[in-house]
Amino acid sequence: MRPRLELLDRKLVERVLGEAFQLLREPGVRVADAAADLLRPAGVQVENGVARIPEALARNALAHAPREFWLHTREGKPAVHYGGDDVCFDPGSSCLNILDADSRQPRPAMVADLVRMVQVVETLPPYSAQSTAMVCNDVPQEIGDFYRLFLVLWHSSKPVVTGSFSAAGLRPMLELLAADAGGQDALRSAPRAVFDVCPSPPLNWSEFAAENLVELARAGVPAEIVSMPLAGATAPVTLAGAVVQHAAECISGITIHQLASPGAPIVWGGAPAIFDMRSGTTPMGAIETVMLDLACAQVGKALGLPTHAYLVAGDGKLVDAQAGMESGISCVLGALAGINMISGAGMLDFLACHSIEKLVIDAEAIASAQRLLEGVEARGEALATAMFSQTGLAGDFLKLKETRALFRQEQHFPSSVIERGGPQSQGASDTFERARRRADELVSSYQRPGVRPEVERARRQIAERELARCGRTSLMGV
Amino acid sequence: MWARRSEVSVHEETFQAMRQSILDGAPDHARVLAQRALQLGIDPLESINTGYLPGMTAVGELYGAGRMFLPDLMASSEAMTTAMAVLEDELRRAGGERDVRATVVLGTTKGDIHEIGKRLVGTLLAANGFRVHDLGADVDSAAFVGKTRELGADIVGVSALLTTTMAGQKKVVEALGEAGLRPRVKVIVGGAPVTRQWAEQIGADGYAKDAMSAVALAKSLLPARVPA
Repeated sequence: MRPRLELLDRKLVERVLGEAFQLLREPGVRVADAAADLLRPAGVQVENGVARIPEALARNALAHAPREFWLHTREGKPAVHYGGDDVCFDPGSSCLNILDADSRQPRPAMVADLVRMVQVVETLPPYSAQSTAMVCNDVPQEIGDFYRLFLVLWHSSKPVVTGSFSAAGLRPMLELLAADAGGQDALRSAPRAVFDVCPSPPLNWSEFAAENLVELARAGVPAEIVSMPLAGATAPVTLAGAVVQHAAECISGITIHQLASPGAPIVWGGAPAIFDMRSGTTPMGAIETVMLDLACAQVGKALGLPTHAYLVAGDGKLVDAQAGMESGISCVLGALAGINMISGAGMLDFLACHSIEKLVIDAEAIASAQRLLEGVEARGEALATAMFSQTGLAGDFLKLKETRALFRQEQHFPSSVIERGGPQSQGASDTFERARRRADELVSSYQRPGVRPEVERARRQIAERELARCGRTSLMGV
Repeated sequence: MWARRSEVSVHEETFQAMRQSILDGAPDHARVLAQRALQLGIDPLESINTGYLPGMTAVGELYGAGRMFLPDLMASSEAMTTAMAVLEDELRRAGGERDVRATVVLGTTKGDIHEIGKRLVGTLLAANGFRVHDLGADVDSAAFVGKTRELGADIVGVSALLTTTMAGQKKVVEALGEAGLRPRVKVIVGGAPVTRQWAEQIGADGYAKDAMSAVALAKSLLPARVPA
């Protein structure tokens, strides 16, 4: 039996959806022209930038949205399944700072930091996908979104969770992905990347977000709606109320997206959070934030859609017990909820700071959660009696052939990051230090994936052209 | 023997009720008290300085001590502005004006639509005796300069939530300089990615990590004008 966790009963899911459809009509959804131009011909009334979307149209869009799709490796192999109860993890993305391993203080993230992180993620099996994890402060701002994708594609063959910073930023990113895949058609049939697209709470599809949604739909490249109601600030304070808003934002986004291209892949995703009424912050590690993520994903699953959430992040400034506790709890709960893509690992400080060491530690929590999902199996005809019949009350199970045959299926073996004693024990070192050593080992073992020369040439040309727009000549981080 | 209740002590009861209406976050009660004070002939300035403002100060202290929360602060601020509206109307009718702490122009930088933090700062500044003009979000530096000049503002507060829009804070500092308004006009900056170092780097006069510290910062920038 696969263990599962749901926070809403069926009646409550129906109430959430019922109110979400109501919100789409009253007060409606604020939409930019790119969305209004699609909604009007579909019979939607758009006045003063506010669209009132009828339930029938929205339900039709939901019916067209695919139930599942795959992201592929650079070699074109399906690697990440969006759909059903499959669970994948990728690092959090778009922060500005990295925790310096020497000083244990945050500092601006640079190209070299992103490259190191990509190499670490590439060698860690718990991460099924890369993310364009940081905004590199040594890259011109105008091409910050493009260049981090370029670096990830250059150093990795895993699928990528990414996103653009502007409407114009998307085009060169799609061009780069097409070059990587071997053309527009290949990109469409075997996409490697999914793009996060964020509505502004409450219920607002800005020009940038709406244009991205439409363009991604037309390119057939998966879009991931990252709706982020802040309960009590930009959304109702109740968890259930914020879940309604999340649903309305996702449904309106899917409606726009499916009008642009019916059947294009899209994900019911989000990064909701509570608004902390003491500090005015948006804690990602708060249990209520995790509850929001789980409840929002459950509504998406009830509609049969692929899901995403933002978990496995901590809010402190250090990789310490708080980080471990917050990340570990949300990791396990997210996995039990069967959320298809869980982003956020490695992050600290309300998503403002990344840590490679935390990412390495989080991989252990993820591996444990993945073991949990395998559940308790009944292996063999008898559960215990057959083994007892061999050893009796002597209790010498270590000698049994079943022990040797089955222990690898039963037990997950963490890396040296987790202190379990034994020959690998690193004595009284702390988790951070062990993670740091492990990151060094992983980077030493990393090998850049091979790429056909013409693909490499094409990537390089696009990157050089984009850099030249900003007056730069030489590629960084390659 | 009964002591005759002095006029001062009668008023003290009213002032106490005013303070309490702010602590309770009760705008209707705060307004009724302000109207009653005017009927009783209490100087509006005294109602503000002895009644309502100390209530707001107490709210700030309770928030700092973790005994009040942001929704409480918002309610107290609303009560404060409701009462002030009544009293300021009367002051204007009498041809006078409240001695505002300072005039503050607020806005979020060009290309940035985030407003929660900045609105909170505006609300708390207004509740603490500042005159606040909020330009909203996605504001270019020319608009900051124009409004600052028009109002003769003392402080400009520039908010940014994104790294990509933080650069707009620098542009505002530069534009105010080019317009000849610096250093008389102080510039304060805030927002999630903003740090003290960034504020120093762009030549701003101050940085606050949250709305309550923004009020303290604004007060500290105008020491000569803070009423005793």
